[in-house]
Amino acid sequence: MEEEEFNNLKSQAYILADNIISPLGFSSSENFEQLKKMQTGVKRIIDPNLSVEPLFAGIVDTLKLDIEFQKLNTQNEFTRLEKMVILSVTDCLNQNQHIDIQSPKTLIILSTTKGNIDLLESDDSSKFDKKRVYLWETANVIGRYFNNPNQPIVISNACISGVLAIVLGKRLLEENQYDTIIVSGADVLSHFVVSGFQSFKAISSEIAKPYDTKRDGISLGEGCGTIVLSNSIQKVINKQEQLIVKGGASSNDANHISGPSRTGEGMILAINKTLTESNMLPTEVDYISGHGTATLYNDDMESLAISDSKLDKVPMNSLKSYFGHTLGAAGLIESIIGLHSMRENTLIGTYNYSELGVTMPINIIKKTQPAKVNNFLKTAAGFGGCNAAVFFQKVQNN
Amino acid sequence: MEQKNHINTFCLVKNGSISIDGTISYENRSLPAADFIKSAYKHFQINYPKFYKMDQLSRLAFLASELMLKNNPIAHNNAAGDIAIIIANSASSLETDEEHQRTISDKNNNVASPAVFVYTLPNILIGEIAIRNSIKGENTFFIFDKFDADFMSGYINSLLNSNKIKCCIAGWVDFYDKNYDAFLYTVEKDKGKLGIEHNSEQLKNIYNN
Repeated sequence: MEEEEFNNLKSQAYILADNIISPLGFSSSENFEQLKKMQTGVKRIIDPNLSVEPLFAGIVDTLKLDIEFQKLNTQNEFTRLEKMVILSVTDCLNQNQHIDIQSPKTLIILSTTKGNIDLLESDDSSKFDKKRVYLWETANVIGRYFNNPNQPIVISNACISGVLAIVLGKRLLEENQYDTIIVSGADVLSHFVVSGFQSFKAISSEIAKPYDTKRDGISLGEGCGTIVLSNSIQKVINKQEQLIVKGGASSNDANHISGPSRTGEGMILAINKTLTESNMLPTEVDYISGHGTATLYNDDMESLAISDSKLDKVPMNSLKSYFGHTLGAAGLIESIIGLHSMRENTLIGTYNYSELGVTMPINIIKKTQPAKVNNFLKTAAGFGGCNAAVFFQKVQNN
Repeated sequence: MEQKNHINTFCLVKNGSISIDGTISYENRSLPAADFIKSAYKHFQINYPKFYKMDQLSRLAFLASELMLKNNPIAHNNAAGDIAIIIANSASSLETDEEHQRTISDKNNNVASPAVFVYTLPNILIGEIAIRNSIKGENTFFIFDKFDADFMSGYINSLLNSNKIKCCIAGWVDFYDKNYDAFLYTVEKDKGKLGIEHNSEQLKNIYNN
């Protein structure tokens, strides 16, 4: 069988539902509305439990989180991270009645870098068994809440975890063992994470300025993003327009454990493999949702990779100045915004960006604008020299 | 057509013992975990100064990968971008997480160390193996409560059979609270010297032996 023919016969990974829990709202549409208005969730925070100095970060309101969680009427104790994931998945289930989370054909994938790491220092730690800091236990707690019969899969691969989890979801659907895959990514802000990034002198003194001449580091954030994938077109609510995961890949720079590659070679490899698998030429890409952490080296590296991949004319943004860097949630949250850009044919402007300040010319979106968006590429890079990319497409039935 | 892939070399490090392809090559059952890993590094006369900058989890992974690949290197005709590294464990980076937490909780000297913080991610060990061996392909770090031979073999076979990768360094590397356990192996389409069929049963046999 010819390869192309084989690809056509392969089952697709359709998106059935999606949710974002962030400082900007507790649903994808609330979040997208805020981004259309270019409202950021990153604020100046004074909280000695997080940082000695004031900090610009995206923090989910704890009171709102607890109020929303109480509506679920559950008796058991859950951590902050677990509450976000449970609310996020619950919203997805409410969006699409075809998702059967209790089915043996449904698998949960959790993407997180640090999970319940805040339990190492929090007063809450006495409420929970020590086992709760193990990421597999966090995932099991979530699986048990929903009565899902399968052992969840956990990916913890630094800042590319979320993109990897979506790509894994698509690949596992092709194996046909599962018909529905719930991919959720979450991380919470903690003294643990903040102090670490501060030690790297990687945190911006203001709200992050991705790709800008004046960028001076990242803003951190927290939140959760969930995408539900299925190989069954019957379960898609909007029959006229389906969104699918078309391809994806990861790579390693094999260069440095904490610094981005100077050449972008690893990122180029991940992008090329993703576009090849998706049967896409660079000229056919409508939009790139970049990694854009707003550190000097990351954004320069990305510009090299994007330019070398002949994607330099494609409109591109970074959402890190809206949400902060949400680590294991970032790939999910940023992909979901891209899905809504396709649905609404609207590209989101990069908050806090004014003048291009990276090595190679790339096409950064300044203001939110209408545009035909039939597909997009999402990229990510992280500590350990890892890179990943995933490609989404809109399929319209006439 | 169902295609067969092969485990072409493997290394086990646990309980003060190191075995390569099923043969014990070093034993020292009296040493605590960290000392044992260091003594093995010296015993095999590995010369890689970066080893001393690594945390215990990365040292363990590096040691196992080094001994295994020295004995049975990955075929030269595999491009760097076609070799994957897919590893899992139970405790993530908790050993180093606790070290970082102790530093920042110290009221007298609460300045975090970037050299420690970078190791609070389990996938750093994949980066270390990738750097040492110039491997640039797929990488993923999974967390399971115990080595999941069914998932690992199923996923890696599907990546090989769909030509997404040509070769994979895979396995389990766990280090936490004085306990350590490493099982690394390579999976390729071609049958090497060892040539064990890559499937869940064989992995369980080797790992539980």
